[in-house]
Amino acid sequence: MSALLSVERIDARHGLLQAVREVSLEVAEGETLALVGANGAGKTTLLRTIAGAHRPAGGRVVFDGRDVTRMPAHARARLGIALVPEGRRLFPQLTVEENLRVASASRRTGEWNVERVLDVFPLLQPRRRHRAATLSGGEQQAAAIGRALMANPRLLLLDEVSLGLAPVAVEGLYRSLEGLIESGTTIVLVEQDLARAMRVASRVVCMLEGRLVLEGRADDLTRERVTEAYFGLHARSGA
Amino acid sequence: MSWVNAVVHGILLGGFYALLATGLSLMFGVMRIINLAHGSLALVGAYMTFLVVEHLHVSAYVALLPVLPGALIVGYLLQRTVLERSLRAGELVPLLTTFGMLIVIGNLLQYFFSPDVRGLGSGSIGTASWRATSSLTIPWFDVLVLGVAVGVLGGLHILLRHTQLGRELRATAADPDTVELLGVNARAVYARATAIAVATAALAGVFYAMRSNFDPTTGPTQLIYAFEAVVIGGIGSLWGTLVGGIVLGVAQTVGARIDVQYFALAGHVVFLAVLTVRAVVQAGGFRVALRTAG
Repeated sequence: MSALLSVERIDARHGLLQAVREVSLEVAEGETLALVGANGAGKTTLLRTIAGAHRPAGGRVVFDGRDVTRMPAHARARLGIALVPEGRRLFPQLTVEENLRVASASRRTGEWNVERVLDVFPLLQPRRRHRAATLSGGEQQAAAIGRALMANPRLLLLDEVSLGLAPVAVEGLYRSLEGLIESGTTIVLVEQDLARAMRVASRVVCMLEGRLVLEGRADDLTRERVTEAYFGLHARSGA
Repeated sequence: MSWVNAVVHGILLGGFYALLATGLSLMFGVMRIINLAHGSLALVGAYMTFLVVEHLHVSAYVALLPVLPGALIVGYLLQRTVLERSLRAGELVPLLTTFGMLIVIGNLLQYFFSPDVRGLGSGSIGTASWRATSSLTIPWFDVLVLGVAVGVLGGLHILLRHTQLGRELRATAADPDTVELLGVNARAVYARATAIAVATAALAGVFYAMRSNFDPTTGPTQLIYAFEAVVIGGIGSLWGTLVGGIVLGVAQTVGARIDVQYFALAGHVVFLAVLTVRAVVQAGGFRVALRTAG
């Protein structure tokens, strides 16, 4: 099985702060990878580096056999990398439908269009012509994911999509995500809720202070092992 | 000139100011660039039209056919080469860059066209007018300009609301980083916005040159009027620009009705009054002021 995405020894900085240190990982086509770790572990920066929103200080990003490290974000989106950014980042003055249609700029055709997104996220149907600013948190998140899907991505990067949502909304969201996973979309998701992450993902990687500290199939890992890696207990006991 | 006449002429003049201000408003709305060279670019449009008229012996209206597409290209290249770099350097840098362009364009026009005063013929419509009553005459040329202004604003409205480019423009104005994640080349969108802005500036410049004489120093004066129209109408709002232009135009003609010297002054006073009221309201001081007064 060849990798759809491979990240090779990526270093990423925010000024003097090194957020990601020599991270390498591979994602196979059709796989769902959960990226877990404490706040500030570098998960968001890693996703943004893969999407092209953050320029790495070193290393390579290879997508579908092509080195995309120097490629701007919009060109990567046109190749099929879509990021649902942290905090949703909808365009508040545009309607839900207009938000979705902006992603037509990716010029990628496929099964996803406005009607299909509204089918998968029925809560958006009545809100279609409302401004994004008027949506509830759950509706906004659904719109943000739908907008990324409009680009018919081969790789979908989800950054903390359940953050700030009511439990009911999170349930609904994950039911829709499971549908996506079953349909074979390749997904990398950052999730704070460990149990949920391990349930939906086929593989889990854990980051700590910018490094990858644990990687394994979701079935093989226990919650305890991930928790240890998450808080760095694992590294400390090894030292 | 009666009062009614003054108001009607002010409204018509407002159409010209709105047309002149459209590009300024668009560039600020999309990129937060205050283009100080806007009036100068309008003047370049007038001079280019003048060249075409001189060499091809066509009317100024026909000369617009090559000049407007040329202005689109100039605007696109201007953004990709100069303004894009300025924007990356920080918020205030485009202000300096466009101020520099204002000086350079003024000097280049002096160099190539001499400081002589020029004019563009406006054809038979330029002098024709309709005598509505004994005290009210409506010049057809001014009606044409107002019509073109409304047409341009309406066209832009449709573009922004109902086309993919329009959605991309509005989304990029809101969040240039996020549109990139959706496959939108934000820099190319910016360049298209500037292209449209420069083309509308050139169009306004040509109308200006048809209604009065122009020379290489006219640009900055026109910039001030355009700027006032944008601020009065609400920055970044298209239809507000039309309202702003009309308010400015009416202020000027009514001012001139009181005394001819008050033409420009009345416009500036209204501009300052709007600016002051808005600043006070925004600071919430208006309610405070009312409360203390009560």
